[in-house]
Amino acid sequence: MTTIPITHFLVVGAALFCIGLAVATTKKNAIGILLGLELMLNAVNINLVAFSRHDPDLIRGQLFALFVMVIAVCEIAIALAIILRVFDHYKTIDPDKINRLHG
Amino acid sequence: MELVAFYIFATLAVAAALFILFTRNLMYAAFCLFLSLVGVAALYVFAMADFLAVAQIMIYVGGVLVLLVFGIMLTQAKRTGANYVEVENGGQPLRLTMAAVLLVLLIKVIYAADFALAGEYQLQKSTIHTVGIHLMTTHLLPFEIIAVLLLAVLTGTGYMAYNRIKSL
Repeated sequence: MTTIPITHFLVVGAALFCIGLAVATTKKNAIGILLGLELMLNAVNINLVAFSRHDPDLIRGQLFALFVMVIAVCEIAIALAIILRVFDHYKTIDPDKINRLHG
Repeated sequence: MELVAFYIFATLAVAAALFILFTRNLMYAAFCLFLSLVGVAALYVFAMADFLAVAQIMIYVGGVLVLLVFGIMLTQAKRTGANYVEVENGGQPLRLTMAAVLLVLLIKVIYAADFALAGEYQLQKSTIHTVGIHLMTTHLLPFEIIAVLLLAVLTGTGYMAYNRIKSL
């Protein structure tokens, strides 16, 4: 059974992170930005899990990745609730057009 | 053999992510996020994290994707044809260049780094046992804090959505 070098995981993680960054900065829609954030969080998780292979007794990387996953889900739930409220108020969720603090 | 499968799933994850970047249909982007997350779950399996792979599929596909699709459907101002959810991509040249430069930089750093890894990579059968023991012993406090946080998120989002319905 061949072992996969850790740099492979890190390169995939770096690629996903950069794509997520590009998505989060280019989309003109708040939900598109959330998609980019999810990609970035997953890229970080790949790195944590890959390093956790070398720590088989205390798999701290995997435990940390588990907590990151839960926090990501919380973030998505709250962000969507906020986006729904913003949409009710402004009738758009383009971040460039949401430019008033007091409605 | 294992390496070939790894490349296939890594390509799946990265290609789906690139599709999210270049598509203008938000619904396709959400489904491609699902594909990308499945690819990442497969990578977890290659990194000997079976519990995390299953959790990834259950949490993201079962929860996040449904939530995102509902969010997309509830926030469309005007209907423009059958199920077409168009989103402009703004300022692409500068931002894509920025991301590409960051990618080159990261890859350079990764290949230049000499990681002082604690032990050699060991094959193990399953990590569920270890994860369970550590969650209940060494990581008990964060585990409980996460439980309280989830409760707070549940009540908070429910409150916001409830007030929204009442105000319509």
